[in-house]
Amino acid sequence: MRLLLTFLLFFALPLKAEEVVLGLSQDTISIDANFSGSEILIYGAIKRETEIPEELLQVIITVAGPSQPVTVRKKDRRFGIWVNTEAVEVDSAPSFYAVATSHEWPLVISDTEDLRHKISVERAIRAVGVAADDPQRFTQALTRIRTSEDKYQQRDFEVNLRQQTLFDTAIKLPANLTEGAYKTRVFLTRNKEVISVYETEIEVRKVGLERWLFTLSRQQPLLYGLMSLAIAIAAGWGASAAFQILRRR
Amino acid sequence: MQVYLPIAEVSVNAFLLLGLGGLVGVLSGMFGVGGGFLMTPLLFFIGIPPAVAVATEANQIVASSFSGVLAHFKRRTVDLRMGTVLLIGGLVGAALGVVVFNYLKSVGQVDLLVKLCYVVFLGVIGGLMFVESLNAIRKTNAGVVPKRKKHNWIHGLPFKMRFRTSGLYISVIPPLMVGVCVGILAAIMGVGGGFIMVPAMIYLLGMPTKVVVGTSLFQIIFVTAFTTLLHATTNFTVDIVLAVLLLVGGVIGAQFGAVIGAKLKAEQLRILLALMVIGVCAKLALDLLLMPGELYSLGAAGGH
Repeated sequence: MRLLLTFLLFFALPLKAEEVVLGLSQDTISIDANFSGSEILIYGAIKRETEIPEELLQVIITVAGPSQPVTVRKKDRRFGIWVNTEAVEVDSAPSFYAVATSHEWPLVISDTEDLRHKISVERAIRAVGVAADDPQRFTQALTRIRTSEDKYQQRDFEVNLRQQTLFDTAIKLPANLTEGAYKTRVFLTRNKEVISVYETEIEVRKVGLERWLFTLSRQQPLLYGLMSLAIAIAAGWGASAAFQILRRR
Repeated sequence: MQVYLPIAEVSVNAFLLLGLGGLVGVLSGMFGVGGGFLMTPLLFFIGIPPAVAVATEANQIVASSFSGVLAHFKRRTVDLRMGTVLLIGGLVGAALGVVVFNYLKSVGQVDLLVKLCYVVFLGVIGGLMFVESLNAIRKTNAGVVPKRKKHNWIHGLPFKMRFRTSGLYISVIPPLMVGVCVGILAAIMGVGGGFIMVPAMIYLLGMPTKVVVGTSLFQIIFVTAFTTLLHATTNFTVDIVLAVLLLVGGVIGAQFGAVIGAKLKAEQLRILLALMVIGVCAKLALDLLLMPGELYSLGAAGGH
């Protein structure tokens, strides 16, 4: 076993001749009351011990939010009115997904490599065992809706690559972010094949009041509900009293 | 000014929410409706998840109704006795409504049924009210004194009770029945039921329009408070930050609404309410009839 491992390591090393050294403008994103979206700068360099090979190097960077199952419904006309007729459950779709590449998508990576590493938006959505005659319509609809909300972004030419060594990109995070670990991946490709992968995580967290309210609503729901009602009653009474004073003057 | 909502997990403009709350608050104080049926689509439109919108709105309605009811108390236009009777009926109805709702859900297509109910119901109520108030206005203009107290089968029922504020001496059975019916509908449709309760009180029970508004608000407070607690403890979907922003606008709006309502004549108030009900009905009907721009919609898994 150990022999096999050393053997594998020995052969794996030449493949990893080019490695990513990554930097992030921020590795945690804090959601506070004023949060209105954020931009993270992802930059890095390629460390190599050998000469730069002839084939051009390309870089793909992905950022993926926590995945959740999603129900996609379709409306149809029945008896003259529009009603939901079909519903399909997509096993797992990232709440946020951004892909940036250094060149045109078809020139950067082959379909097989995309399938293996699940890089493009379509591949990042997992929909196996979808019970519909044409499941693609539903995943496409999901992609279309989330793209229009800026939650899914596929951008070519967005990674700046200099001297085949330095790269950087900026990923815009929308205001409606879900909490969790955002998996960030960097792929180096040459001749449309992935030659190196680097993974890290960006932590997205609620802080301060937001965090406190969220935790309270989950752990002490009754107290939270009563607090909401108390605020409502107090505000209602306050406004009434204030108007009373105003009218008397 | 953008504010991030901790439960809804979206960032929205605070002033927009204050404005929306104010607008709905005015309607609340004027007509005695909670305004949930109006607020829900507006909140969907600015990107609040539906479950959060419905639950949070219940909390906001508690505030604007309370503000409105205090204004009506000062004017002595709340029939506490009638409100309590309606409320008892309403709570029984709500419990029944939940049972009916779960049954419909097991059959499927509950959404469609709810929407069709809405359209038919609102269309009929709005249409009848509009015609009636138009006639009333024409009669007052012609100088005919309107006759409010009509004797019909309702006055033959037992268990009579005196409702002094409303100037009624009727059996408790009709108000209880109205309460139960509205409670059932409210639970199925997920609204406070003010816009059904108000016409029912005017036309079925024969209460004076001015007293109806305050009394309706009185019972809405309890119904929506109950709904808020239910949502907070079972679905965790009450967003307190969103609620505060909406209710600050709402409580101020409700005060203005009560002032405007007091200046209007009863027929004018009814005709405006009728127009609003017809408007909501038309909007829902169009949603069903016109082809939507996006045929697909997304929802959390496991939802109905």
